[in-house]
This record gives sequence, C-alpha cells and structure tokens, in this order.
Amino acid sequence: MSERIIKLEQAEEDTQKGRYLTFALDNETYGIEIQHVIEIIGIQAITLIPEMPDYIKGIINLRGKIIPLMDVRIRFKKAAKEYNDRTCVIVVDIDQMSVGLIVDRVSEVLTIADENIVEPPQMNMGYPNRYLKKIGKVGSEVKLLLDCNKLLTEEEQINLTQAI
Amino acid sequence: MTNQNSNESMLDIYLFETFQMIEQLEKVILGIEKDSLFSPDTINEIFRIMHTIKGSSAMMMFQNITELAHAMEDLFYYLREEAPQIVDYTTMIDLSLEGIDFIRIEAEKIKNGLSPDGDAAVQISQFHALLHVLQGGEDNCSAPEENKKVLEQLYQQPVQIDEEGSLDSYTALVFFDEGCQMEHIRAFSILYKMREFSSVCYSIPEEKRLTDEESADFIRQQGFWLYFKTSLDYDSVSEFFYNTIFLRSLKLEAADPEKLSNEEALPKPQPVKELAYTVGGAGKGSEQLEVAAAPAKTQSIISINLDKLDALMDLVGEMVIAKSMVIQNPDLEGLEIENFNKAASQLNKITNEIQDMVMSIRMIPLTATFQKMNRIVRDMCKKLGKEVQLEIIGEETEVDKNIIEHLSDPLMHLVRNALDHGIETPDERLAKGKAANGTITLEAKNAGSDVVITVKDDGRGLDKNKIYRKAFDHGLISSKIEDCSDKELFRLILRPGFSTNENVTEYSGRGVGMDVVANNIDTIGGVLTVDSAEGEGTVFTIKIPLTLAIIDGMNIGIGGSCFTLPVTSVKETFRPEMKDIIRDPDGNVMIMVRGECYPLIRLYEVYNIKTEITDICNGIVLMLEQNERIVCILADELLGMQQVVVKALPRYIQSLRRSRNIAGCTLLGDGSISLIIDIEGLISSSISC
Repeated sequence: MSERIIKLEQAEEDTQKGRYLTFALDNETYGIEIQHVIEIIGIQAITLIPEMPDYIKGIINLRGKIIPLMDVRIRFKKAAKEYNDRTCVIVVDIDQMSVGLIVDRVSEVLTIADENIVEPPQMNMGYPNRYLKKIGKVGSEVKLLLDCNKLLTEEEQINLTQAI
Repeated sequence: MTNQNSNESMLDIYLFETFQMIEQLEKVILGIEKDSLFSPDTINEIFRIMHTIKGSSAMMMFQNITELAHAMEDLFYYLREEAPQIVDYTTMIDLSLEGIDFIRIEAEKIKNGLSPDGDAAVQISQFHALLHVLQGGEDNCSAPEENKKVLEQLYQQPVQIDEEGSLDSYTALVFFDEGCQMEHIRAFSILYKMREFSSVCYSIPEEKRLTDEESADFIRQQGFWLYFKTSLDYDSVSEFFYNTIFLRSLKLEAADPEKLSNEEALPKPQPVKELAYTVGGAGKGSEQLEVAAAPAKTQSIISINLDKLDALMDLVGEMVIAKSMVIQNPDLEGLEIENFNKAASQLNKITNEIQDMVMSIRMIPLTATFQKMNRIVRDMCKKLGKEVQLEIIGEETEVDKNIIEHLSDPLMHLVRNALDHGIETPDERLAKGKAANGTITLEAKNAGSDVVITVKDDGRGLDKNKIYRKAFDHGLISSKIEDCSDKELFRLILRPGFSTNENVTEYSGRGVGMDVVANNIDTIGGVLTVDSAEGEGTVFTIKIPLTLAIIDGMNIGIGGSCFTLPVTSVKETFRPEMKDIIRDPDGNVMIMVRGECYPLIRLYEVYNIKTEITDICNGIVLMLEQNERIVCILADELLGMQQVVVKALPRYIQSLRRSRNIAGCTLLGDGSISLIIDIEGLISSSISC
C-alpha cells in the first residue's frame, strides 16, 4: 500500500519534472517550476494593507483563503502597468506559503529538457541575477527560469548577506 | 512515509486516551478520598482504567508505564476480588495518585517527543508491598509452595497485544474434567502454550491470578475463559484445545474484536462480594450499603482533529459568502421571482444554522479544567496543613477550545495563591472567629459574549498597606497611599516582580506568579481584576471572550478600505465639533469630550490611505478603551456592526510587517476583506507615554 503511494508520488514528481509555466512581462518570458503552481486566476478586488513594500499589492480572498499578491513587475523594478483583462494572478505555493504573483499574461506550460537549461551568465555590474536560477532554451527563444524562494525573501536580507 | 504517519496518529490517539483516562482516574480517586469509601463500582472502574492503560502502553512499547499500570492493576484486582476489610486507604490513595503522576509525566514526555525514560521501580515496589500487606492480612489458604515456584518459572512478561490486522479473534471457554485438580496450573499451561501461536489479550481468571490457588475453584465452577488473536484457522485452534489433557468441554467462537474490547462483553467473573466496605474510620460500620459513587458518565462523544474543524469552519464561511452571492446576485434585480425568494430564505436559514452549529462544536465545557483544581487543592492542603474546601460552580459553562488550553495555567496559579497566601491556618481562622475550614470558590458563568470566571477565597484578604510599602520600595508607585484607590493598589500585585509573601514556598512566593497570570489572560483576550476585603477574602475575576475566532466587530470605512474594530473596546462614537479640537505646538491633535481631553489618532495618516475626508469635522470619531487607556480615532464613516470570523494575516505578510497595529483580517458578507485593527498596538505605536 505505502509502496504504491510512494510510486505514485514519484510518478507525479516525474510528470512535473522539467515542466515550467511561462508568463510574460514586457518582452521577456519567465518560467517557474510547475510544482510550485497551484492555480491561475484573473485579477480581482484587492484589499490594501498599510505599511507594505510597494510590490505587495495587498491581499485577496481566494475561496475563503487569504493570500497576499505580489506585483512581479514592480518586484523586478519595471514600470507599473494598469491591470487589464489579460492580467493574471499565478497562485504559487512556496514553503507552504501561498502567494499570488501578478503578471501581464500567462503564456503556456513548457517542457524544457535538462540539456537545454544553462547557468545564467555571471554579471559583475550592478546586482547579480538574484531571482534568476537558470536559463532555458526553447528553439530560438530564451526563457528566464525564476527561483521562487528568492522572490519572497527580502532584498535587504540578500544585500546584507552579500555585504558580509 | 505513510507507515510513519499512521504510527504518529496512533500515538496521538494513545496520548489522548491516556490523558483522558488519567484525568478520570484522578477524579475517581479523589472521590474515594472525599467519601472515604471504596465501593465495588469505583474499584472496578480504577481496575478497568489501569487495565486499559496497561494494554495500550504495552502496545506502544512503553515499558515503564506498562509495568506501573500492571502493578496498580494487580492491587485493585485484589481489592475487587477479595474485598479485604481493612484498607489503609490514605496510603493507597497517595500511592495511586503518585502512580498517576508518574504516568502523566511519562505521557508528557512522549507528547513532547522525548522517550519515556522514568523509572517506576519505586512505585511498583510500593504497590507490591501494599498488596503484600493486604494479602498478608488474610489467612493464606494453604497454597502449596511448590506450585507457586513452578508457576514463577513459567511466568514471563505480561501479555502484550500485537496489533496486526490479519489476525482472527476467538473466545474460548474451557472446562476441565471434574476432580482433575490444579485447574489453575492447567489453565496456565494452556495460556503458556498458546503464546507460541497467538497473542492472548484477555483471560478470566487473569494470568497473574492463576498463581493463586483460589482461581482453581473459579475455573472449576465457571470455566477458564480466553480471548485471543491468532493467525491460525478455527480448526487448528480447536485441535490444539482438544489435545489438552483432562479437557471436559470446549466452547470456541470467533469473536468480534470491537465488541470484546468493551468490558461489558466479557462474562462477569464470580460475583464480587457486593459490599461497600468502608475504609479508614472504624466507626462507620460495615452495613453502610448504599454506594455513593455515581457510575462514570458515559458520553457519546467522538474526538475530532482540530485542523479538520478549522477547515470545516472555513468551508462554512465560504458557503455563507457563496450563498449571499447567489441570493443577492445583480442579475436577479427587478425580477418577480416569488418561488426563488422562498427557497432563498430557506437556504438562508439553513446556512445560518450550520454556521451556529460549527461554532458550537468548538465549544467545550470547563469541567476538566475545573476538576484539575481538586487535585491541586488536595495536595496543597496536605502539605500546608490547611483545611480547604473547593467549591465548583458552573463547570458546565462552555468556552472555545483554544481558550481553554490557555486557561488552565492561570487558574492553577490563582488557586495556589489563594490557598497559600489567602487562606489562613486552622488555628488562625478559629482565632478570628471563622470556621476552621477555608473555602475556595471557583465559579464560571456566561455574561453576554463573555465568560466570567471567579476565584474566591474566604481567607485573610489583601493587606493594602503592605502592598503599598512593597510597591513603593520597588518604585512601582510614587503617589501617596491616600491618593490611591483600592482598585489601583490591588492592581499592583499583578505587576512583574511583585510578591507580598516573604517566604518562598514550594507553591508560590517567587513573585513570578501574578504577572504571568495577567499576561496569560491577556493573550487570550481576557481581563483580570482583583478585589479584596481585609479579613474577608479575595476575589479574582477573569473576563474572557467566549471565543477568539469570532468577535463582534464594528466596521468603519476609510478612503474605500474597510477596517474592523472589536465592539467591546468602542465606548462611543460621535461627530466632532470644531471647538472641541485642540492642537498642541507639536502638531498633535486632541479632542475634548465632556471636560476630558483625549488624544486623537487619524487612521488615514497611520495607515497611509488616501481619503477625501481629512477635515476632522467631516469624519466620525470613535472613542476606544483598551487596558484603561482611552484614545479617539478618526474614520470616514461607520459601516455597521456584524459578527466576524477572525483570520490571521498570511504568513508572508506577517514576515514583512514591522509594526503591529493590525491584528488580522476577516471576510465580510460580500466576500471582501476587512482588516482588524489591533487597538493595543495602535495605541502604543501612536502615543508614547
């Protein structure tokens, strides 16, 4: 019985491995590992929370569950853009915290084989690629694969540890 | 992984049951002490509980608990079967309570993930010694020593129940040939042989009793009864029994384990001498037949994981929102739909009832918490040489489960304090013209949406002068004693580091008590107040909300956002007038209400919200009181009052927040979110004092 469950779990893990949900901000396409994604919803009424960083837009009520929303544009220091019909919220689960990511639009789910994933180049000027985990190549296009955990950690903390 | 999970939940159940049984056991034993009476019913109950603890502990492989429970079980088995006339009941009660404590401590260790490593050898030997004394008091029916020796060689570990699903359960009733003698030894050898292929869960007479020659008589008359589990099939089991020598008859049946785990299903052993034998005082007379102890309340109760309840509550909340979305759907506007409206109001009624029911599931009575105090009072009375009676009123009052968990410690402190500091020694009391027996009254009652719990003693009361001197020495107070009201003085004892008792005793006097109590009660949203009259006693009153999960909320709007305040802290609301508003040179705004001046907090400033109403006169002012500090806040408008379910802010938001002026959030009827203002946090972050 328990063996079967483990096998099932492994099978599930296998089907999720190498699959990424991609979304677009401006001209770039980003990917996040599908295992983190819970669902995709349209934008809805947001309740503001005072004294929050600007990239935290507030909280929403998702069927009785309260989840915070992060505007990925602002998180990536891009200009804010008004939300429209195509604006999506990707609900992700990271370390058992549910967070909604506001993105311009969701593209598709892609399977990227390991051999097509490369390390991001080391940039010496400005910030290092702190949200970027890997770069995936699909045909002639490039998908920036994000490190979800780093999306949630405070920038200040990262800066601090790097300074040390 | 799944295996581990199932193990954990088994441990949960074991702990839950064990704690419950310990509590019940304690209640029974204290009841015995109160009535100075060992009735067959109570002995039966103790025996039954010890037996269950032994069984389940053995199953979970907690050796020390098993052994202790076994020793206790033996003792009470002897009492049940033999009904000895002279029982040193104080020793026995003390010893039993000690045993319970040991099991409780070990169970706590298990609960906290430690291994139960306590050594019960002392208690076990005490139980054995007591049993020996009891047995020694009786004329020993010439038990042949040789037989005993044989048995002791055969005797091994107590039977352990193997929990394996594939085993079949059987019961067997064995009679031996008349006149074959030594039935008990034969029964024992059956038991011994059976262990090779099965696990024996229960037998009558019990394995240990088989060392006693008297059990032979029992087997002769009633047969040897066994309940066991085995992987063998019916035929091979019966074959085994028929191979036993001197077998006269056998009744072998496949058994339903569910039914058999219940003691009722067991055939009653030889009727116990139905005498309620009095213990202790010889004057009571043995003809006192009526048995006082009521049989233990059998409740038709199941235990539920609290997580599931919380999930259920969330779901019901969603359902209520979905319901209002259907009924108040904008598409329905202007339609003549009588039947729909009828159905809708029915739906409305049902959802409301479901909501009430789910709320009530979380409520549990204070009984267990209050009953614990009995034990504390008893132990302390013995140690301190005081005579105190604990009176419990309104224990059936129900409070939210989360609150009860936090209530036990503060109550314990209060009761200890009352006993240690409050109540005088009997001599002192008599000298003052009071009854030698002190009384501590523990009372709970409902008052609106609050529960009020009072701990009252009729002891010496608080000494105002002493409190004042102490507080003055510690720099807790600077005004003169004449300027302090009684209430203010009494409140001083709730401050950290304050203890009027110079002598540190085992129970209290370290000066960490009262402020911890006050803090604990504060965390569950309650208020602790003290009142006292010198020479007459002290009353501690705890006012706690019925539940933390639901509050009566006042919704206010500020610039399009909705905020919720607990109604209990709103004193009044009013439209301010220009002439009442005062600005000091630093730019702080104050408001004058009936000759008193209060600070005014503009919420849109605190929360940095854009609103059109910045002129104080256009808004509305709410006067809030928290911990006897009063502030006024400015809001745009009042949106109304409703009961709201408090939800915590998402963890991610909490990790980003630095200030603490939002306590949580809640869902409003239309599915939108309102933030709950933490008044305490708001006051301390906005006003420095």
